[in-house]
Amino acid sequence: MLKYLEETQVTGTGSLLVQKLSRRMFLGTGTAFAIGAFATQAQAFPTWATGATAMPNGVREDPLIFVSIDEDGTVTLVAHRSEMGTGARTSLPMIMADEMEADWERVKIIQAEGDEPKYGNQDTDGSRSLRHHIQAARKIGGAVRHMLAAAAADRWGVDAATVTVANHEVKSASGDVLGFGDLAEAAMAMPVPAHDEVAYKSEDAFRYIGKGQVQITDLRDITTGDAIYGADVSVEGMKIAVIARPPVVGGRALSFDATDALNVPGVISVHELPYSNIPAKFAPLGGIAVVAENTYAAIQGRESLIIEWEAGPHGGYNSEPFMEEMKAAAGQPGVVLREQGDPDAAFADAARTFGQTYTQAHMAHIAMEPPAALASVTDQGIEIWAPVQSPYTTRTDVAEAMGVDPANVKVNVTLLGGGFGRKSKADFVTEAALLSREVGAPVRVQWTREDDVRHSFYHTASAERIEVALDEDGKVTGWKHNSVAPSILSTFAPDSGQQFFIESGMGHVDMPFDIPNVRCHNGKAMAHTRIGWFRAVSNVPRAWAIGSFVGELAAELGRDDRQMWLDLIGAPRSIDPVAEGYPENFWNYGEPMDEFPIETGRLADVLNMAADGIGYGKNLPEGEGIGLAVHRSFVSYVACAAHVKVVDGNVTVPEMHLAIDCGYAANPERIESQMQGAAVMGMTLALHSGITYRDGAVEQGNYYDYDVSRSDNYPRNVVTHIVPHPFSVHSTGVGEPGVPPVAPAIANALFHATGKRKRDLPMGVEV
Amino acid sequence: MALLNINGSDVELQAEDAMPLLWAVRDIAGMTGTKYGCGVGLCGACTVHIDGVAERSCQLTVGEVTGKAITTIEGLDPDGEHRVQQAWRELNVPQCGFCQSGQIMQAASFLAEKPDPSDDEILDAMSGNVCRCGCYQRIVAAVRLASTGS
Ligand code: FES
Ligand code: FES
Repeated sequence: MLKYLEETQVTGTGSLLVQKLSRRMFLGTGTAFAIGAFATQAQAFPTWATGATAMPNGVREDPLIFVSIDEDGTVTLVAHRSEMGTGARTSLPMIMADEMEADWERVKIIQAEGDEPKYGNQDTDGSRSLRHHIQAARKIGGAVRHMLAAAAADRWGVDAATVTVANHEVKSASGDVLGFGDLAEAAMAMPVPAHDEVAYKSEDAFRYIGKGQVQITDLRDITTGDAIYGADVSVEGMKIAVIARPPVVGGRALSFDATDALNVPGVISVHELPYSNIPAKFAPLGGIAVVAENTYAAIQGRESLIIEWEAGPHGGYNSEPFMEEMKAAAGQPGVVLREQGDPDAAFADAARTFGQTYTQAHMAHIAMEPPAALASVTDQGIEIWAPVQSPYTTRTDVAEAMGVDPANVKVNVTLLGGGFGRKSKADFVTEAALLSREVGAPVRVQWTREDDVRHSFYHTASAERIEVALDEDGKVTGWKHNSVAPSILSTFAPDSGQQFFIESGMGHVDMPFDIPNVRCHNGKAMAHTRIGWFRAVSNVPRAWAIGSFVGELAAELGRDDRQMWLDLIGAPRSIDPVAEGYPENFWNYGEPMDEFPIETGRLADVLNMAADGIGYGKNLPEGEGIGLAVHRSFVSYVACAAHVKVVDGNVTVPEMHLAIDCGYAANPERIESQMQGAAVMGMTLALHSGITYRDGAVEQGNYYDYDVSRSDNYPRNVVTHIVPHPFSVHSTGVGEPGVPPVAPAIANALFHATGKRKRDLPMGVEV
Repeated sequence: MALLNINGSDVELQAEDAMPLLWAVRDIAGMTGTKYGCGVGLCGACTVHIDGVAERSCQLTVGEVTGKAITTIEGLDPDGEHRVQQAWRELNVPQCGFCQSGQIMQAASFLAEKPDPSDDEILDAMSGNVCRCGCYQRIVAAVRLASTGS
């Protein structure tokens, strides 16, 4: 049995979904599932609309694409979403297997290559895997179970309604038994039933779904060193390339001398790659590539290159003055995005006003696995092996860069050693393809950690100014929030300096407080580097600003933090975006508002759950404090309660509670692991992560100046609370929404511990 | 040409003495369980055992380890059933998994030296191994589980 549940005893809320359950229990008592028993009752689960249909290539629900059964009974399920640590490669197949009544021990998972017309959307991003594919996974499993039953009934000459399917077997009423393997060929030749012809399992018959007792798919391989990541694939004749890229985006080599590099033993050749400047989508930066027999030689060769760089148009990018400009812009009127009531009048009539500005530096993802990709370009076509979040756009990007038809590009997806948004961008794969063609051999491009820190697609830098108008009683009557940050759009189109609707939808214009007069506006900031998305994206600076501001406001008004939050959230309501002045193009994470509304009661619930869990209000010794924050993102609601203790002048977090409402919790064990990870990443970005520029180039390079939380200082005792819901409450996002509330909760706790208020991320480890 | 003893076998590798062990193991010996994460000794993804003690293979050269017993994750246990590996499985520790061979090698060497460590000793011993996914809570619990069986 999995021991994790025993190790993470959770108490306090009574509303926790995860319970102590033994895996053996499920396998031993697998309830026989009679199709017949349900045949005349309501059977199909009610489906709901999601944004999945608006994603490129949508969702496929054809079991013949995702399921095959061998004669030995092995059920092979296709994972079409990339595995970067969230558990998508486990949870979706697990749902199929459960609904199919397959025995998880006899299920094999294979990874789909990049082929969206076949598999549906594969862009593993936006916390969408479960949210968009959970219904399809059940439909696929349910259909196959019916096909197995129908095949067995045919064989026995009985009515399919009289047979039962349970734990990899089909049984007749008279006691005959056929294994899935016995029925393999016949079952898969049966007609695929329509959704409303399928009797789905009732929730209490689930064996794996909702239980959190399944080992992750690659657990054994990961623990024996057999798991295959981007740099672990080798093919005959493969060469290794390491590239010297322009230090400044849009720069180029004026000249270079490769004589010494070519003298390094093992170095084969040196190539100049074509340069790009923003907006270049995911085109490589260009540079001088050293191709060698092994990685060491390639690295040595690169060190021996003599290059004279021209900085190009972004050579004047310096973080300090840029941040001052952004802060100034945040204090001026920007382009109005949301206008509710009459905020100017509210401020004019206010008994008093209060405002603060919060900033965040750029961040790099630094997934544990630096980018690496292998490409083999031959007359027959292009084959890729790479750790990519979006294998199909990788395929089309490579095809475009190489001037070939995507039909001639095959993308094999390895495991990803972390992604966090970086590996959505296939620049590193295109580099490998370009070099393979040049060299006439398969080429693996290896990024060093320094390359990863210095040549990423960065989380934007930002300044967020929030001001409130207060009446005599200290009630907030007006809210103004100016968000200033270079936009991701600058990576795709000529830069206007304004953010676009997707960024505005992430915690800016959807501010959920019950305040009558609101203005959300956006001041200008031009991009001077490649801006990309980083786990939770714009929600990080917005939750940072709003969450810290609520703490400051509470202190300013002499109010209790939890009460301040609850006062602002107001009575439980479903927000009407029109009445509250949201922009017409308001982006609800791509989801329809009627199915995925903004419900303030759920915000308050998770806040209370986290606060109660940590024992909010308890007496603490000097130098300790508890802080709260709650934020809705990726249509989930997450609250963080952080306990900060200052030890030897350093911020430590001895305990943290994260409460999440993500609709139906299909795999609570992976939800818990994502919350534990979000706590660590949240603390890392709170204390450590700052990418800064001098003369256009990134100043940091490796862990020595861009560090992360380690086991000697991470949030200890992270307790996860999951709001229990039935399947009908739509599953929402999990991978990202844990991160945003962590930093403001830590800052609010630090304030209570020390009286010091931090407004700039990263805030540093030392108080 | 180097002669190294890896996982109990003598292997001849076309690797110069100055090559970091990490790249010799990965590129020349073709054993990819040992990972590259930083190349500067600060992440632990490349951890192997030299004569039974955890070391960062990116910080050692082939010349320095010639004549010593090198153990990689592939050789930690012939059946992949070292108690640390078992504990990792029982707690479903990994997220992306990339750091985990280094974590396991570090933990195995640490526990061999200190079979019943305190929590602080575990945290300290594991602090050179970064997990960007943030699995520390389970890593620490798994080290404890491997140590005490509970
Ligand atoms: S790769 Fe050796 S410590 Fe990071
Ligand atoms: S599991 Fe991903 S870095 Fe540790």
